[in-house]
Amino acid sequence: MTSVLEIENLSVSFTTPDGDVEAVTDVSLSVGAGECLGLVGESGSGKSQTFMAAMGLLAENGTASGHIRLDGIDLLSADEKKLNTVRGDRIAMIFQDPMTSLTPHMKVGRQLAEVIIEHQGVDKETGRRRALDMLDRVHIPEAERRLDMYPHELSGGLRQRVMIAMALMCEPEVIIADEPTTALDVTVQAQILDLLMEVKVNLGAAIVLITHDLGVIAGLADRVAVMYAGRIVEQGSVADTFASPVHPYTQGLLACTPRLDVETEALETISGQPPNLQSLPTGCSFHPRCPHVFERCQAERPLLERTPSGQSKACFFNAAEAAE
Amino acid sequence: MSDPFLQVRDLKVHFPVRTGGVLVGQYTPLKAVDGVTFDLNPGETLGVVGESGCGKSTLGRAVLQLIGATDGFVSWLGTDLTSLNKKELIAARENLQIVFQDPLASLDPRMTAGDIIDEPLRNYRPTLTKADRRKMVEEMMERVGLLPRMINRYPHEFSGGQCQRIGIARAMILRPKLVICDEPVSALDVSIQAQVVNLLMDLQRDFGLALLFISHDLAIVRHISHRVLVLYLGKVMELADKSALYATPRHPYTQALLSAVPIPDPTKERNKDRILLTGDLPSPLNPPSGCVFRTRCPRATSVCAETAPVLESAGEGQEVACHHWRD
Repeated sequence: MTSVLEIENLSVSFTTPDGDVEAVTDVSLSVGAGECLGLVGESGSGKSQTFMAAMGLLAENGTASGHIRLDGIDLLSADEKKLNTVRGDRIAMIFQDPMTSLTPHMKVGRQLAEVIIEHQGVDKETGRRRALDMLDRVHIPEAERRLDMYPHELSGGLRQRVMIAMALMCEPEVIIADEPTTALDVTVQAQILDLLMEVKVNLGAAIVLITHDLGVIAGLADRVAVMYAGRIVEQGSVADTFASPVHPYTQGLLACTPRLDVETEALETISGQPPNLQSLPTGCSFHPRCPHVFERCQAERPLLERTPSGQSKACFFNAAEAAE
Repeated sequence: MSDPFLQVRDLKVHFPVRTGGVLVGQYTPLKAVDGVTFDLNPGETLGVVGESGCGKSTLGRAVLQLIGATDGFVSWLGTDLTSLNKKELIAARENLQIVFQDPLASLDPRMTAGDIIDEPLRNYRPTLTKADRRKMVEEMMERVGLLPRMINRYPHEFSGGQCQRIGIARAMILRPKLVICDEPVSALDVSIQAQVVNLLMDLQRDFGLALLFISHDLAIVRHISHRVLVLYLGKVMELADKSALYATPRHPYTQALLSAVPIPDPTKERNKDRILLTGDLPSPLNPPSGCVFRTRCPRATSVCAETAPVLESAGEGQEVACHHWRD
């Protein structure tokens, strides 16, 4: 599969009064057309910042290095003007909180039409008609009436549908969904996940799904990358990652997630807590919490390498060797 | 049957909401909790589940009388909490504690962890010396997994998971009989969530606590609860033993809720049958007639619009409020 979006050796750091903080370190990822890449990690693991950098949306104190290529265009070195022709047109983002990411004082129809007027230079009337079409496509009931409503007049689920409609307006090649269902109730979450699945199948877009919810990844993603303390620690197909995770962190995450389908006596835990990015442990960042830690982990940082099973992991521990 | 521990009977909490009127306001009651009845036994965990706006937090607060009840009663060890005056209520709350959702917002930023955990002791055990209290605070910190040397730190110096441990230590220091947990792990990362859930279960076993565990996360509720109460628009849809509720949910709403929870297993998640509910929660200001769930219910018929179903037995340890649960 040819990849549409390619991230190569991306690092993102922020200047703070307490010194520089590196939120993303040496991340390389790619996602192909019609593919859904799931990105998992806990808060502060750098999963959102990786793609905020791709969208040129880093906070003012943030800088990114490396390469992010969308069909040959390097998004990191592109200027604002160039970025603006790409963002919303060829790469679009769906944010977690639809209330704070829609403009509160602009009617839904105008917000949607704006995207297409800006990028394709159509007139207002065409813009409105296309907005209406799109609301229909994301299954918003009484779409005509919703065009003239303000975001606060819609429920959370409908607002998230409007956000998705807005991302789809120009039929982008890449859609980045950052915790698209985290703010929603489960029954509404199920509706939105179905919609994203439909988008993936019908539009053939590349989707990046950023979430902390392993269940959401299991339902939608084709491949998974797991981030910890700014780095990718494991990558592989969804089937392999869930059936036989290779990194101790991924194993821990799966084991400590309470499941609806299995009755568990006591929940497994990962001891300790995520590290402070300003004072990362030496060697492997996960070593203070890792059940398989040995001397090498404290001295040296493991690189992301392919395992014989075709998965990738950044870990020195070898279960087969240990069993001997 | 032992002595009644906590009995909640036909509890109603209605908030007046201004819906019109120019000079004289017109008010419509928002029925946040509308006729909830349940018992809780010593050492038992009752999970309360439902979507946002279903009244689960209001229910928790009304049990403690942090929000006054509009109607109905909350009987605690035989005393009706709704009839107590302020002083009597404060005395009763020695045994009734609460852990809140937002770990940082529920701690006073200007108090140290030690002072926060100590405050219930200062209020309820005035005879203890300062040294005794400090010893108890340190023991409790250790019990909930905090280092006693952190006693003089302020909440902002702790992580979210640690703040929640401070909140739990504060709730547990008086060895209460009942603790209301209002979404205690929702704001925490998965790896920390499991630690806090295990801590709550350990404390419950060691202290013989009863827990009212309010959460929107059905997987966690399955793990921690003995019985589960399913709320929708302030009304009980189903109340059942955990095993019955998760194995044979009877109410269409419970069935839909359970089927919507994503399972971290790609094969199961992609092949399971999902009952998709259409639309959103109706406005609680203008709830549907009859059964409040009927507007989203796949089995609704004309009878559902006319009469509200009452809770009836649907087998051992399982009660359901639905006209069509046998269908």
